Amino acid sequence: MILYALVLVLLGLGIHGLLAKRNLLKKIIALAILDYGVNLLLIVVGYRAGGGAPILLPGEDPAAFARGSVDPLPQALVLTSIVIGLGVTMLLVAMALRLHQRYGTLDVDRMDRLRG
Amino acid sequence: MDPVLAGLAALVVLGSAAALAMRNLLSAVIAVGIAGMGLAILFLLLGAPDIAITQVVVEVIVVTVMIRAVARTGDEEEGRPRSPAAILAGAGAALVIGGAALAAFAALPPLGAPRPTPSFWYLAESLPGAGAANAVTAIVLDFRGYDTLGEATVILAAVAGALVVARGSGGGAAGERDGAEAAEPAEAPAPAAPAAARGREEAIRAQG
Amino acid sequence: MRRDEEGLSEIVRTVARETLAVILVYGLGLAFYGHLTPGGGFPGGVCAACGLVMAVLASGNRSGFVAAIRGRVAALEAFGALGYLGVAALGWTAGQFMQSSLPRGTPFTPEGAPFLVILNLAVLLKVGAGLFAGFAALVAFGREAPPAGGGEGRA
Repeated sequence: MILYALVLVLLGLGIHGLLAKRNLLKKIIALAILDYGVNLLLIVVGYRAGGGAPILLPGEDPAAFARGSVDPLPQALVLTSIVIGLGVTMLLVAMALRLHQRYGTLDVDRMDRLRG
Repeated sequence: MDPVLAGLAALVVLGSAAALAMRNLLSAVIAVGIAGMGLAILFLLLGAPDIAITQVVVEVIVVTVMIRAVARTGDEEEGRPRSPAAILAGAGAALVIGGAALAAFAALPPLGAPRPTPSFWYLAESLPGAGAANAVTAIVLDFRGYDTLGEATVILAAVAGALVVARGSGGGAAGERDGAEAAEPAEAPAPAAPAAARGREEAIRAQG
Repeated sequence: MRRDEEGLSEIVRTVARETLAVILVYGLGLAFYGHLTPGGGFPGGVCAACGLVMAVLASGNRSGFVAAIRGRVAALEAFGALGYLGVAALGWTAGQFMQSSLPRGTPFTPEGAPFLVILNLAVLLKVGAGLFAGFAALVAFGREAPPAGGGEGRA
């Protein structure tokens, strides 16, 4: 239960940061936190009480392995999702740097004012 | 509850909250790094060593990239806090979204319950079907190889976007400059950065 | 800016130089044994990119070094993508695209699943080179050409 609570808190913090923070880097950090929450949710849903890693060891009984291991499917999805999150973060940081170069600030409100 | 899980969860929450609350951007980036590392240990305890390894190395690069960005832009968060109306609106939105999330979470099965999913097939077939002892790799590369192809394409698109955004000058003449760069790639002198930015970079290095 | 081109101190540079190979081999191992142990092409690629990022940060961007190697990095990424597609296309010999067609050896050895090993290495090249190219672009940001539209002089 505490893990579901953690997921909820991370999602809330991420959404709060995305909406309320005005600094672009803070927004990117909030997106990363939202990412944490989603990834953790998938892993937690795939968790099985007492389950080990979904890796078959030599000599292990395959049938017992299939019954006892945690769910590998969410892990496979999260694995790529994390790396994609990194690529997206890089893209966002590049955009934020470009905006900072253009407007001299990372504050979205001041960017609005400068444009007008 | 398991004290280890509870401690790690507290670490992740504290790191995330501190990252959003701190006004010094460098501290915020380091706090989010702490949260990510705690999350990696959590993944390991939840039976996902693949994810734990990935999370650790990805966190290192994310923090590095963000510290570079902070060094370039200065580490003080600008602007005053939002107006009370905006804070109220944010609180209202948080209540609505939180309520919906609570309702959704209440419908989830309890933690650790066995669920009938295709995972039984994946787990049973990973060695005979794909030759992999690691079921995650079997899914990523064999059973769902098309997904991975698509995800590799997404990474390519994101990185290509970052390259384009970081290279363009923000107004025309991009093609000409590319040609000039190709003509003299190695010894192109770096144009002077704004003096203020340079001073800030030095100051941040001196702190660290 | 000057310190940015020179990199960090001699000690840091030496340590980075000596550990770079270890980190690259670790990333390669993560990918190579990814179907037997935790790891795989994605973490291996990010790990290799980590090592390269460390090398760039420690040794600095001397005489446009980053811009000079970026073309090669992009070529590596294309090589990885072509490798992935090539192995996937080999599946046509077994019936359809993306079908595991290569012969399999004894389980629990690297040659037990050459299909997966090659795909993992292709993903390693693709992810590692792609992420490093992105980082290189951020390092070289604003250094290659002065911005046309008033990017200078801010406080």
